[in-house]
Amino acid sequence: MGVYSCLGKNLEEVRNSLYTGKSGIGFDQGRKDFGFRSGLTGILEKPQLKGKLDRRLRIGLAEQGEYAYLSTLEALENAKLDIGYLESHEAGIIFGNDSSALAVIEATDTIRLKKDTTLLGSGSIFQSMNSTVNMNLATIFKLKGVNFTVSAACASGSHAAGLGYLFIKEGYQEMVICGGAQEVNMYSMGSFDGLSAFSIRESEPAKASRPFDKSRDGLIPSGGAATIVLESLESALKRGANILGEIIGYGFSSNGDHISNPNVDGPYRSLMRAMKQSGINVSDIDYINAHATSTPNGDMFEARAIDKLCGDIKTPVSSTKSMTGHECWMAGASEIVYSLLMMRDSFVAPNINFETPDEDSAKLNIIAKTLEKKIDIFLSNSFGFGGTNSTIIIKKFVQ
Amino acid sequence: MSATSTDEIITKVNAFLVDEFEVEPEAITPDANLKETLNLDSLDYVDLVVVIESNFGFKVKGEDFVNIKTFQDFYDYIITKVAAK
Repeated sequence: MGVYSCLGKNLEEVRNSLYTGKSGIGFDQGRKDFGFRSGLTGILEKPQLKGKLDRRLRIGLAEQGEYAYLSTLEALENAKLDIGYLESHEAGIIFGNDSSALAVIEATDTIRLKKDTTLLGSGSIFQSMNSTVNMNLATIFKLKGVNFTVSAACASGSHAAGLGYLFIKEGYQEMVICGGAQEVNMYSMGSFDGLSAFSIRESEPAKASRPFDKSRDGLIPSGGAATIVLESLESALKRGANILGEIIGYGFSSNGDHISNPNVDGPYRSLMRAMKQSGINVSDIDYINAHATSTPNGDMFEARAIDKLCGDIKTPVSSTKSMTGHECWMAGASEIVYSLLMMRDSFVAPNINFETPDEDSAKLNIIAKTLEKKIDIFLSNSFGFGGTNSTIIIKKFVQ
Repeated sequence: MSATSTDEIITKVNAFLVDEFEVEPEAITPDANLKETLNLDSLDYVDLVVVIESNFGFKVKGEDFVNIKTFQDFYDYIITKVAAK
């Protein structure tokens, strides 16, 4: 696995932020000047890839593609994979991504100014398409297997992992690189801000994302990229790979309801499908990484769905979005990485800023302070606009 | 066109080629082959059009590249175009 997020530029930095409950949220005056209702955002350092990655391979990368290149580089290194291996085997790639707004906007600005499409340069088209991350990474890493992008709003990264799992489970692929990527630039988030969906607790950026807390007032946009390498057990054992965990359940569903307002039934059906596939009992789950984004409605419905699943078992729950903000298209993948880090190091990262429960979150066992705990099985939820839901269950691998 | 401005153009061209196509400055000599030295593929020619436009304010037509083999050909082409402006 590998990651590049507002919590850190690699796994160890991110792990330490998760453990210490460090927020990656900040205030961007540029957004206010541009007309945003909220200036809050995840703060990421722009990668410098010039000199590190060949020009032709680099110039097709949009912002989120640069993050995804780095998270995938780290994931491949940790999985003991190099280009030589990938070139001589049929490894696939399925990434979650649902926009590439900056590239499209910059191209349109250039055409308007110059009245000439040639002057966009050759990288623009490869940065602009929704499949930008897939097409670039498949080229850079010489991948020869399945190659497509999943666009499923804020569940994109989770569905990508779920589909990678199915491709391997059904015997179509031995290895699929899965992940999610999310651009952070303000141009990509203006229309979302326009829905008044973002927190306006601008005086306290680190306290603004407060999933499940009674005083939550909206989400905070964020991004980056996360990558996991999925592989058949046989292939992983043969290569002597460091097996971090085993996907044992993938649930999916659609609300069949409102485009942005969630409900209980859709997420619950996704949860139950994943549970049924995994064959485990609710009491076997050691940790639930909630989707909870800090919006009043979304968290309420998810709390009800989790309560409906767990009841009196009181499984530990936290939303790492309290630290990261909402990593949107990337979130499903990054939250698998965050949870795998917790599983690896036996702790539950805190749901920071959870100070006062509301009627629904009071029924859950929300972990507000870092908890030392062995995790053998975790469940991760992701939900998105249009009522798309995804649930992944991962079990620690024991040889 | 004065010798100084010709030199200035060549210096400017070499600088943006080194920056855009990430080659060592020493690789660029008047007689060297432009395409091979810069390792240009069909997409790279689009970027060459962009850097010329942003540096000299005119747009190269694709067919103009047909007769440009060496860096000297390239300099001569640009010098002629700049002089004609």
